[in-house]
Amino acid sequence: MPDFLIFALLGGLGVATVAGPLGSFVVWRRMAYFGDTLAHSALLGVSIGFLLDINLNLAVIICCVGLAVSLVTLQRQRMVATDTLLGIMAHSALSLGLVAVALLEIRVDLMSYLFGDLLAVSPQDLFWIYGGGFGVLLLLKLLWQPLLAITINEELAHVEGVNVPATRLILMLLIAIVIAIAMKIVGLLLITSLLIIPAAAARRLARTPEQMAVGAGIIGCLSIIGGITLSWHFDTPAGPSVVVASLAIFIALYSLPTKQQA
Amino acid sequence: MNQHHRHEPLISLNKVNLHFGRNHVLQDISTELHKGCITTLIGPNGAGKTTLVRLILGLLKPDSGTIWQESNLRIGYMPQKLQIDKTFPLTVERFLKTAQNCSKAQMKAVLSDVGASLLLEQSIHHLSGGEMQRVLLARALLRDPHLLVLDEPVQGVDINGQLELYNLISRIRDERGCGVLMISHDLHLVMASTDHVVCINHHVCCSGHPEHVTNDPSFTELFGIKGSEQLAVYSHHHNHNHDEQGNAIPDPASDHNPRNKKGCC
Repeated sequence: MPDFLIFALLGGLGVATVAGPLGSFVVWRRMAYFGDTLAHSALLGVSIGFLLDINLNLAVIICCVGLAVSLVTLQRQRMVATDTLLGIMAHSALSLGLVAVALLEIRVDLMSYLFGDLLAVSPQDLFWIYGGGFGVLLLLKLLWQPLLAITINEELAHVEGVNVPATRLILMLLIAIVIAIAMKIVGLLLITSLLIIPAAAARRLARTPEQMAVGAGIIGCLSIIGGITLSWHFDTPAGPSVVVASLAIFIALYSLPTKQQA
Repeated sequence: MNQHHRHEPLISLNKVNLHFGRNHVLQDISTELHKGCITTLIGPNGAGKTTLVRLILGLLKPDSGTIWQESNLRIGYMPQKLQIDKTFPLTVERFLKTAQNCSKAQMKAVLSDVGASLLLEQSIHHLSGGEMQRVLLARALLRDPHLLVLDEPVQGVDINGQLELYNLISRIRDERGCGVLMISHDLHLVMASTDHVVCINHHVCCSGHPEHVTNDPSFTELFGIKGSEQLAVYSHHHNHNHDEQGNAIPDPASDHNPRNKKGCC
């Protein structure tokens, strides 16, 4: 197997493992549009990274976190409905990013940012994926109980002593980090699918939140393997092939005869 | 029932005020919750009952006034409704574990306490209204609370089930000696199992022992007629009326102070 394929596989599996549990929260808390909005701001992060001459992964993380914080602040003002606000932010952030790239005359391969460049994953990318991914999984493990508590009911969680705003902010931060490291794999337009399709598919088999989180990770990994295989044999774009593979798993699981679900 | 009020207070509110914008939702509320005492909060829709409970739980902060609570007070809260997204896979067992790290035996014991021992393995999404209330109560009890706060605990439960739940709540109080605060719409059902009634309509209209309240002839008249509960809650006293915001308008013929904290029942 050629090196680039091994790197692609390792990178993809790393991202899918982290995206599974986090994607479950995105599904439970109905944050799909929120994730999409963060992803759309990634290109803006890239151009800011070029402008300030800092690491691009770091720039994307900072940009996503900044957007997440300003979203929360604006949401509190309640000037417009949340979905309207997200719509404005998502497309403005993407457009600002595209304009900034043009204005700064940055030479980037736009397509690779928009749809991912799985087959160009480098050892340095792997470092970011596994370093970031390990940090995210560790935080998830430590905060698992409070995160579940605020997902069940925020008021109940507050009465039982959970710091709800802090926990919510950390969840957003984790999603921002995953988006930054997953961008290389499927691109900013398709990241949300890597978060929600495996999680939604895993829901079909799970009886507890833990089963769903782990199941989503496994289904994500299978999608990566399937997508890379598809791309290798039929010369299809790798990122979209991964999404197609996860969709196939999703459809297959939902066509199974129903049994009692939890 | 008098002895309950000699117990030490768990929470005490002193002249608490809260505004939502221009709406003066809670006006000079003073009341106390005691150990081993069941306090029932009644009042018409929009009277501020849930808001008052949210203040007591610390979910809202008052604009003025003080809320004192015993240090290290552990509250078991049973919300009015718990909407869990269908995408969230959850069994009763896993749900109970989110309250407190507890053993299977503890969970079984508390479920049989609330009469829901068969539900442990069930999905939370397949429970009936009454079963869900019992599971929520079990979850609150697992925390071994000093104070149980129940926001309309019998909502969506039929009449027989409601009586059972009220009996259950007073049995829990007897066994555990915890304080209970609950919101209720129908005073006639809750009467038998309550020690103290606080009737609010933005301010405390009246408060006292239920026997005291039931002995009022106008009360029995109004509460006996079905469908008049909403009115009954605040029509059984005669020394003041309310304007649209629920502010008390003193009756000129009455010598009573309408804000008299002793109430008017």
